Amino acid sequence: MAVKPVAHAIAQKSSCPVRNESDHAAERDVSGAGAATLVPTGRNDRQKLGRDVPRLRARRLRQQNIIKFVIIALTLLFLLVPLLAMLLFTVRQPLSGQWSFSAWHAIFTGNGDDLGTDMTVLWQGVRISLALCLITVAIMLVLLLPVMVMTYLNSPMLATVVEWVSTLPLTIPAIVLVVGLAPIYRWLSADLLSTNPIWLCFAYVILVMPFAYRALAVGMKSIDLRTLVEASRSLGASWSRVFFRVLIPNLWQSILSASFISLAVVLGEYTVASLLGRVNLQVALYQLGQSNSQISTAMALLALLFGIVLLVVLDIIADSIRNRRNAS
Amino acid sequence: MSGFSSTSSTSPARPRRQDKPARSGGIGTSLLHRSNARTAAVTLPFFAYVAVFLLLPTVIVIVGAFRSPTGAFTVNNLRKLAEANTMQAFGISIAVSVTSAIVGAVVGALASYALVIGSRPNGALRRIIVATSSVLAQFGGVMLAFAFIATIGINGIVTIMLHQFFHVTVNPNWLSSLPGVITVYSYFQIPLMIITFLPAVDSIKPQWREATESLGGNTWQYWTKVAFPILLPRLLSSFLLLFANAFSAYATAAALFSQRSFLVPLMIQGAIRNEMDPNQQGFAQVLAFAMVVVVALAMVASRLVEKRFARWQ
Repeated sequence: MAVKPVAHAIAQKSSCPVRNESDHAAERDVSGAGAATLVPTGRNDRQKLGRDVPRLRARRLRQQNIIKFVIIALTLLFLLVPLLAMLLFTVRQPLSGQWSFSAWHAIFTGNGDDLGTDMTVLWQGVRISLALCLITVAIMLVLLLPVMVMTYLNSPMLATVVEWVSTLPLTIPAIVLVVGLAPIYRWLSADLLSTNPIWLCFAYVILVMPFAYRALAVGMKSIDLRTLVEASRSLGASWSRVFFRVLIPNLWQSILSASFISLAVVLGEYTVASLLGRVNLQVALYQLGQSNSQISTAMALLALLFGIVLLVVLDIIADSIRNRRNAS
Repeated sequence: MSGFSSTSSTSPARPRRQDKPARSGGIGTSLLHRSNARTAAVTLPFFAYVAVFLLLPTVIVIVGAFRSPTGAFTVNNLRKLAEANTMQAFGISIAVSVTSAIVGAVVGALASYALVIGSRPNGALRRIIVATSSVLAQFGGVMLAFAFIATIGINGIVTIMLHQFFHVTVNPNWLSSLPGVITVYSYFQIPLMIITFLPAVDSIKPQWREATESLGGNTWQYWTKVAFPILLPRLLSSFLLLFANAFSAYATAAALFSQRSFLVPLMIQGAIRNEMDPNQQGFAQVLAFAMVVVVALAMVASRLVEKRFARWQ
C-alpha cells in the first residue's frame, strides 16, 4: 500500500462540492442573531416554539463540540503515539534505559562504527532510491504528458482509454504485479540489461502512473488547453514550441505535484524491490533493522518527515491550482 | 499497494465534449486534425510501455495459473487453492482485511464527521489532519512495522510504560497475533477513510438538520431517517476500498513477520522464493490470480455502489 490516497485526495478536493460559507454562517447564526428573527410577535404557541428551538440548538452545538473534541483527540492519540514512540525509541537505549543521541549522530556523520554497525547498505539504498526517483519521474513525464495532452486535444475517446489504462495499476496489488514481473525481470537482467536495481524504474513507472495521471489531469482541467494550443498554432508556433513554451509553463504546477507524488511512492516502495531481490531505501532499512533497530528507526522517521514535507508542499500546490480554477 | 479504486470515477480529465460542435470547422480544428498521425506517434510508446510492464505481467499471472510445469493447460493448480493451509491463509487475510476495514471505516467516518461539524471548510485543524492523513495513509511497510515495534514490541515504549505504571505485561507475541495485525493495519486504514469519506460528510447540509427539527424530528430521527441513508452508499464503497487496500497490503506484514506466512501476500512471497521446487510451479501465479479476483470483486462492488450513489444524487 502506498500513496494512492493523496492523489485521490487531490482529485476529490477538486471535484467535491465545496461547502460554502453561507452554510456555516447559517449554522453559527443559530445561537446568535438568527434567533431574533425566529421569535415572532403574536400567538403564544409560536412564541414558545420560537424560543425553544434556538435554546435546543445551542445545547446541541455544545454537545457537538464535546463529541467532536473527544473523537478527534482519541483519533489523534492513536495516530501520534506510534510516531512519538518511534522518536523515543531512537534516543533511549531499550535495554539499559539510557538516553543518547548516538543513532542520530551515526546518521548525520554517516558513520555507524561507534555503534558497531555497518551502514554502507543504508547509504547504498538511499543513493539508489534517489536515483530511482529521478529516473522514474523522468520516464513518467515523457511517457504520460504528451499522451495526455495529445489525446485531450484530438481524441476524447482515446483520452478515456488512456485514463482507464493509467489508473488500472490501482486495482492490481503490487505483489501480484511482482509475480508477473519476475520472469520479465529475469529476462531483462540476464539478456538485456543487468541486475542493477536502477532498472526497477520500469516497474515503478507503472506504480506511480495512477497518481501522476490524476495530478496532471487536475492541472490540465484548470487551464483552457484547447484555446491555448489553437491560439499558438494559428499564430504559427510549431508543435515543439507549443509544447515547451506554452504547455509546460502553464502546467508546471501539476507537473510538480505529479513528480512529488511519484517521489513519495518510489521512496516508500518495498514490495517490488524486496521480492525481486534488489536493494532500495526500504529494503536497506529493513536489513539494517535486523542489526541496529535504533539507527533504522531514526532513518525511517527521517524518511517519514521527508514524505510529510513533500506532501504538505503538494497540498499547497493543489490548493493554488484549485484557486486558479475557481478564479477563472 | 493498490486496491485504491477511483471513487472519483468522474475523473479529472474527462474532455469536455460539448466544446466540440461549437468549434468544428474553425481554423483551430483543421490545425488540430492535421496532427492525427502525430497523436498516434505519441500514444504508441505509451501503449507499448504499458503492454510490456502492466499487461504482460498480468497475462503471465493468469496464464501461469492455468499451466502445468510442462506448459500444458491445466486446472490442477487451482486445486492447490482448496488445500487446507491455502484456504486458511485466505480466511485469515479476509478476516484481517474485513476487521481492519470496519475499524477504519467506523473510526474514520466518526473522525470525518467530527472534523466537519461546526468548523469552517478550510480551518487549520482540518487542513492539518487532512495533510497528516495523506501521509499516514501511505505510511505503510517497513516504517509502519518499525513504529509499532517501537510502540508495543518487546522493548516498546508503551510496553515499558504499561509494565512500570500498571504492572501489566504485554505478551511479546501480541504484535504478530491477529488483534495485533488488525491494530497495525488500522493505522493506515483510519487516515485513508478520513481522506475518502470527508467529501461525503461535506455534502451533508446543516439546513437538512434544521428542516428535520422544524418538522418536529429529534436527533435520532435525523440520523436514522436523513443523514445515515444519505451517507450509507459512500460508507459502503469506502469500506470496500479499505478492504481491498488491506487485502493487498504486503510490505507491513512482510516487515513484521519474516517467517510465518499466514496471510496470502506472505504466502505468495514464499511461493516466489520456492520457484525452483517443481511442486510449487504455478503456485505463486494461482495465489496471485485468486488475489486479483478478490480485489477485483471488491472494486467492482465499490464501483456499483458508487454509481448508485451518483445516480441518486
